[in-house]
Amino acid sequence: MVQNSKFRNNKLGLWGWLGGGRFGAERYAYALHRLSGLGILAYFIMHIFVTGTRIGGLESWQTAMNKFATPFFKFGEFLVFLAFAYHALNGIRLAITELGFGLGRPQRPVFPYKSSVIHQRPLFIAVMILAAIIMVFGGADFYLIK
Amino acid sequence: MSDAATLANEKKSEHKGLEKVTFEILRYNPETNREPVLKAYEVPLKKGLTVLDGLLWLKENVDGTLSWRSSCRMGVCGSCGMFINGKPRLACNNQVVHLESAKIQIKPLPNFSIVRDLVPDLEGFFDKHRSVKPYLIRRELEELNHPTNEYFQSQSELIDYIQFAYCIKCGLCLSACPTVATDVNYTGPQALAQAWRYLSDSRDEGAKDRENEVYASHGVFRCHFAGECSEVCPKGVDPAFAIQLLKQDTFLKKLGMRRDRPGKAVAPKVENWTPKKEIPKAPERTVK
Amino acid sequence: MRESTLWVLHIFAGAIILVLLGLHMFIMHLDEVLGVLGIGYSEPIASESVFARSEQAFFMVTYILLLGAALYHGLYGFRNMLFELTLPKAAETFINWSFTLVGLGLFAFGTYAAIFVFAAKFAKEI
Repeated sequence: MVQNSKFRNNKLGLWGWLGGGRFGAERYAYALHRLSGLGILAYFIMHIFVTGTRIGGLESWQTAMNKFATPFFKFGEFLVFLAFAYHALNGIRLAITELGFGLGRPQRPVFPYKSSVIHQRPLFIAVMILAAIIMVFGGADFYLIK
Repeated sequence: MSDAATLANEKKSEHKGLEKVTFEILRYNPETNREPVLKAYEVPLKKGLTVLDGLLWLKENVDGTLSWRSSCRMGVCGSCGMFINGKPRLACNNQVVHLESAKIQIKPLPNFSIVRDLVPDLEGFFDKHRSVKPYLIRRELEELNHPTNEYFQSQSELIDYIQFAYCIKCGLCLSACPTVATDVNYTGPQALAQAWRYLSDSRDEGAKDRENEVYASHGVFRCHFAGECSEVCPKGVDPAFAIQLLKQDTFLKKLGMRRDRPGKAVAPKVENWTPKKEIPKAPERTVK
Repeated sequence: MRESTLWVLHIFAGAIILVLLGLHMFIMHLDEVLGVLGIGYSEPIASESVFARSEQAFFMVTYILLLGAALYHGLYGFRNMLFELTLPKAAETFINWSFTLVGLGLFAFGTYAAIFVFAAKFAKEI
């Protein structure tokens, strides 16, 4: 009857991971952190096998390097570098805040509420700026300086 | 907000000169619909109109079948949580002009099954709350069942947990959480914040009893500090903070830098107490 | 409480990776900047540099450390993402075991490669 006919498919699902509506900056930071982590993991597993070609000596290493010398792979590697810069700096912020530091102290809630998320905002902005700086340096090394 | 500021806001918003707003509401009747459908209604705009006021006007004047939960209409009961214009909010706490849009889209809270129209199914939500044993746990049952006096607690010990005790169980945090969006088994920010409310209460001795639920594979470690729960909480409970403090607690205990401490003792009964001389005596009891 | 241990190790592994991978990125991708400052290797992926590094004990040891930390950190994170998709208990157990095996296998291969190249002294041929 009515009891069994609840509409059950009301989850935000994976759209919820990406934001699901008008949400704050840290929500998108979380989604990007997961995306960059997956990208780095995929690259890393291939990297173990590519660097493993050193076992065959200089020739096998050089063959592997020649295979990946195209601009397509260079751009892919640049993307991995960007992902690393973001993931590492955001990771620093997460390591600090998920251990309960930099979030302020419990206090009586008085409107407008200053939540722990607002408290760690300066740290969030600082790591994002640092990540951007590292990305710029990396970009210079990959594409500008010869 | 002062009158001058409210007036300035109203002038700025789209509602200048507007007499009506559109309420786009997700309708679902289990007996007649297969799927929920959005339906638009016109609501006359009045000064101070909240979303809940708008829904009540619609039910009285346009469509009597419109269903939702509400009670106190002042943001303390936690009944009227809804997904309003893309964010989980309390319908009674949000004025239509402050939403700054001529169209107000109202859907039931996401991440819960829909019973009907705007009514979410909160049974699973309450089950998760129960699973963290949200009550004071003490070892000596005799004192607990036949109390002789209160457990002593200082002001600073109260401040450690009082913020998390303000939870009204509205469910907005579970709607906003990205983990709850995909993981049915995740304990959820509300239950975990309540677990911390009791774990950090100096009178509580139930750390071991709550361990299995809180630090399990679908407990605190499924939180990744997206922080949305704290952003949408209407009472300033800050569940994200409580969850990070739970993680800090287990981290420090693993490193041996913090220990489980026994609960506060019962306050001693004061014997032979005489008041200060300046304090006048109480009048005679009128009821014998 | 076992989940707590896994999570704490995840944080420590992250800290190790921050240092070692940061160093790795400096050598590999900020080599021009380092060159301007007069330190480091130029052409870090040319055969001479790669094999010269592979034969230094410092790099062999830190490469193995980095491999272990990064495999643990990455696979644990990926496992978390899968667990949050509401899987049946059997699938969760399968993921735990298969990820552990894959991680150990890749670690074994990488360690073997690092030690082999360290001992083989290929750079002497250049």
